[in-house]
Order: sequence, then C-alpha cells, then structure tokens
Amino acid sequence: MQKILIVGAASAIAEAAARRWASGGNALFLVGRNAARLETIAGDVRVSGAASVGVFAMDANEVAAHPAMLQAAEKSLGGLDIALIAHGTLPDQKACERSVELTLREIGTNGLSVVALATLLGERFGKQGSGSVAVIGSVAGDRGRQSNYVYGAAKGMVGLFLQGLRNRLASKGVQVLTVKPGFVDTPMTAAFKKGALWAQPDDIAAGILRAIGKKRDVVYLPGFWRAIMTVIRHIPESVFKKMSL
Amino acid sequence: MALTSWGQLPASPAAEERWWDERSAPLPEVGGTLLAYGNGRSYGDVCLNGGGTLLRGRGLWHFISFDPENGRLVCEAGVLLADILDVFVPRGWFLPVTPGTRFVTVGGAIANDVHGKNHHRAGTFGRHVRRFELLRSDGSRRVCSLTENAEWFAATIGGLGLTGLMTWAEIELRRIAGSGVAVENRRFTGIDEFFAINAEAEARHEYTVAWIDCLANTPRGILMAGDHAESGSLADVAKRPLSLPATPPISLVNGLTLRAFNFAYFHRPLPATAVVHYVPYFYPLDGILHWNRLYGRKGFYQYQCALPSGARDALGEILRGIAVSGQGSFLAVLKTFGEIPSPGLLSFPLPGMTLALDFSNSGSETLALFDRLDAIVGAAGGRLYPAKDARMSGRFFRGSNPRFDEFANFIDPKFSSDFWRRATA
Repeated sequence: MQKILIVGAASAIAEAAARRWASGGNALFLVGRNAARLETIAGDVRVSGAASVGVFAMDANEVAAHPAMLQAAEKSLGGLDIALIAHGTLPDQKACERSVELTLREIGTNGLSVVALATLLGERFGKQGSGSVAVIGSVAGDRGRQSNYVYGAAKGMVGLFLQGLRNRLASKGVQVLTVKPGFVDTPMTAAFKKGALWAQPDDIAAGILRAIGKKRDVVYLPGFWRAIMTVIRHIPESVFKKMSL
Repeated sequence: MALTSWGQLPASPAAEERWWDERSAPLPEVGGTLLAYGNGRSYGDVCLNGGGTLLRGRGLWHFISFDPENGRLVCEAGVLLADILDVFVPRGWFLPVTPGTRFVTVGGAIANDVHGKNHHRAGTFGRHVRRFELLRSDGSRRVCSLTENAEWFAATIGGLGLTGLMTWAEIELRRIAGSGVAVENRRFTGIDEFFAINAEAEARHEYTVAWIDCLANTPRGILMAGDHAESGSLADVAKRPLSLPATPPISLVNGLTLRAFNFAYFHRPLPATAVVHYVPYFYPLDGILHWNRLYGRKGFYQYQCALPSGARDALGEILRGIAVSGQGSFLAVLKTFGEIPSPGLLSFPLPGMTLALDFSNSGSETLALFDRLDAIVGAAGGRLYPAKDARMSGRFFRGSNPRFDEFANFIDPKFSSDFWRRATA
C-alpha cells in the first residue's frame, strides 16, 4: 500500500489517477478548492477500494496554507510515498495580453504555487530519502507560442524548476517526474475542437502511474508528443517567430 | 471535430457541447433543446442533437456507494461499464447484463435498455436497475423505482434520454467466482440447425450468441455459449487494446474482404470448449479501439431487428435478402430473446430473436435494402433497435412500438434528439 497525496484532485487527470490508485488498495489524501467536489471524489475512491481517504480544501495559491496541508496529509496517510501535483487553469491568452494582473495571477496558479509545493515536498522527500513527486506540466512549456505563452511560460518554469530539483534529489533516491500531456479531452479544454491528437484523461492517468512505477524523469503523454515537440523545439527562432502557432 | 455517434454517418453538429460534471447542479438555461451525450457508442442518432445542446455526461463519472452484502452499486450516470468491471471484477462482481461493448455509460445503458447474451435468463439491463434520479428542465428531481415514481421509471428505461437527465443510478451487480468464461463453440448450417442447438444451449448456459455468415448460400455460423467460470483467478488482463488511428478514405469492408473474412472465420480452428477471459468473450471488438473507422469516411449503418418467436420464416427471408444484395458485414450476430419483460415502455427486445448486421454506407443502394428488410420485419410484427438506427421512418417506429403514445407524455419539453425528430416526423 502506498500513501499518496494529490493536489488539484478535481482535475480530470488527477481523478482518473486517484481511481486507479484506489482500486490498487492505496491510501489517498485529496486536496482541492471545492470541499463539496472533494467529497464526491472521496466517495468514488472509497468505492473503488482505497485503503483510506482524507480530504483538505485549499486554494493552491494560498502558499501560507501549504505546510498545514502537508501536515494534515501525513497525519491522515501515516506517512507519504507519492505526491501528484495536478492543479492548474487554462488561461485566456487574449485576456492576459490586456491585463498584467490576470497574467501574473495565471503564472501564480500554474507556476509559482507549483514551485512552492515542489519546494516543500522536495525537502520532505529529501529528508526521508525516498518518495516520488509527479507534477503535471505541459507540452506548452517546451516552447513559447503566441496562442498560449502565459500558460507555456508558467509550465516552462515548472519544468526547469523540476529539472533542478531532480538533479538535487537524484542521489537521495527521490523521483521527480515531469509529466507533459498533450491535448487532453477534459472540462478544462471544453472550448476546443477535438481531433485525432486528443487523448482521454484516463489514458494520461495510466501513463502517469506507469512512469512513477518505472522511476522515469520526464514523460510525454501520449508518447508521440515527444517526437512532435522535438520537431517544434528545433525550428529556428527566426522561422518560428513568423509561424502562426 | 464535433461529437459523433459510433456509425460516423454524416449528421448536423450540435450548436453547443457542454461538460456536465456536477450532479447537484441545475440544468443549464439554453435557447434550444438539450440531450445528454454519454460515450457516443450508439450507432445512429439517438445520441445526437443537431443545432441543440449536448451535455457531456461523462463528467458524471463517480461511484457513490457499494453494498457488498447485496451487490448494489450507486454511481453517477456517466460511469462506464468498463469502469465498473475494472473495479469490481477483481472483487468477484460482474454486470448483471452487458452489451457487446463495455465502453458505454450506465445512463446510456439504461436509456437504450441494452441487452446481452444472457437475455434468455436475465432480461434487459433495465431489469437490474433499482433506482435512479431524473432531473427535469423545470428543476424538479425525482427518484424513480418500481415503487416510487414508477411511471417515470418505466418511461426512462429505454426512454432514449428524452425524459430528462439521469444524474445517478443504482444497479445490482452479480457474484462471479472467476474472471474467466467457460465457452462452448458449435458450428451450424441453416437456420433450423441454429434454433435446434440454440434451444439446447439456452437450457444449459447463461450466455448464448451466434455469429453468422450472411453471405453464404445457406446461412451458416458458430454458436458461442458461455458461463462464468466456477473457479480460477479474478485477475484482469493487462493487454492494452489496439487502435485504428485514422479513418481510411474508403471503406475497407467490401464484398471481397467480407467473403474472405467469413470463409476464414467459419473454418478457423475452433476448440469445442475453452476457458477465456471475460473481455474477449463479451467484448471481442473492444480489443480494437475505433474499429468503426474501418468503414471509411462515409460511415456505416447497423441494422438490428427483433422478430417474434414465430417469425423464423421472416428471418430466413431477411438473410436471403441480404445474401442476394451482396452487402452486409462480418459483424453479423444472431441471438434469441427470452420471455422476461423489461420495465421500460420503449424497450426494444421482444420474445423471439434478434439479428444485427453492419453495412458500409453505400448510399441509396444500402437504404433501398433496408426498406426491403423493413417490409419483412414490419409484416412479421418485429421492430428495429433505436440505439443502432439512423434511418427508419417515423411511421415505422410508431407502428412497431405499441406504447409510443403513452411514452410521449413523459418527454421533457426541453429535451430532443435527431432520432426523436425523425421518429415523430
């Protein structure tokens, strides 16, 4: 049985991961903004077979609340083996361009709050000498594009931060996993037209559990995004800046 | 890409698609009509609402409670049957009734009152539903069961999603001892032999279904009877399904590939008895995700009719009609229905038999064949399965469903579907 903390437990990918972990008989601690929603998800993972379920209502932007949350999680779980950080928003890029305030808020939610949590968890797992931190980043963090560079910048910051954290904790036996999903068909992306590149949340969740099991560092999900992003990263900037992406 | 149904036939898109993931929330205020869209596994247009709003009910995908004393599972209506199997088979529980794919939602299974290979023993899915909540556009919520709001219960089972939005349901799972199925295979030639060996098999086995080669001069096929294994492991298979990644420009299913497939399938080495995992027995096609893309960009139809017990001649006539046309597919299924009635007003099965075949969309040629088949089905007192249909006339639907008028009283005024507009035209 593993003791698992999920921040952003109401995200579609996190919910799917929670159910998979629950049906394996693991203990879960779910963190999200909406207490009623957390109860719904807690009910689901209880039925799915979780050894125990705890919930904690918190806005990830309230960095001051993070230590208390982590304490509550450890108390409920009786320790900590895995932490999945899955919260996030999909900013309205156009609106961000007109509002400094909104831009900074989105970078706070998708970037700074994650950095804050990863800092705490890194310390915690480093002292323990074991554990896994998995963070949901995005392919959008691999290169800035005009259509979503606020989101991309936040995710890119997270990716770089985790790279350093991984480097620091590798010798201590702690896994730091960056998950980079491509397009996922979830309520967060409801406004988009869907095509062949779109994946289901449960496919991403299955990939996350596999990657944690295999102690991977960075995974693209589904895997074909690694090839797509390799191409996108290698387009010269002089060409890239003129593309409509 | 707009939400489509399984048959991938051309259809006008919904004006709006909205996720629906909070069961206690009221229905949205919209200008046009509403319809819940589950997992898009119905073949025709019962899940489509051109110009209106589709509520993506897969957001309602949580389990709510389970009672291991009696197998009663309460879950949100967007939970997939596959989700239930994944969680409960390892604990020794199985669905009371399952259709040929596990990728349908509980709400969709109830709205279409699906049936399975155990219809002769268990009846339809609707018979194993204990309660559900129905949310109407006037904001009212009703818990419906055989004893509470019974008329709404009857209208909603097989009610094609038109009586309102189902938020959660309680169904009764059944015990199993192992995840395997003990299968008995028998080849048959001719309809009479089918009915003879089928009657024998139904008396001894919980599940029966036959694949038939509808292109052979004399219909021939394989009867596959099964029972849950009485012992063994409850483990799941780890095999990940294959997927057809893209839609080829033309159908890969045609007269030539079909005859070759059917010949090989009929003559393949066939063990008389075997124990197989439940997935390949119940869900052979779930092993290839997006198999519907085989039929190319024009999409495909499925023709599934139910015929009363006495209508064996009509069945023969239908099979001859299909053989002569040279259309039809390798996915031809023949199954007898038992006597157990469904609680649903519009439920499809009737005591007798059902035949289901896929057809590439060859336009007017295919539609003309269906009209000829309709005439035979209608004269025999049979009907067509709305979950599979994309083309029957409103007159045919109304004429073959004696409780149509009674049902119409329970439709939510804000709900509609492409199917319903056709059925009432």
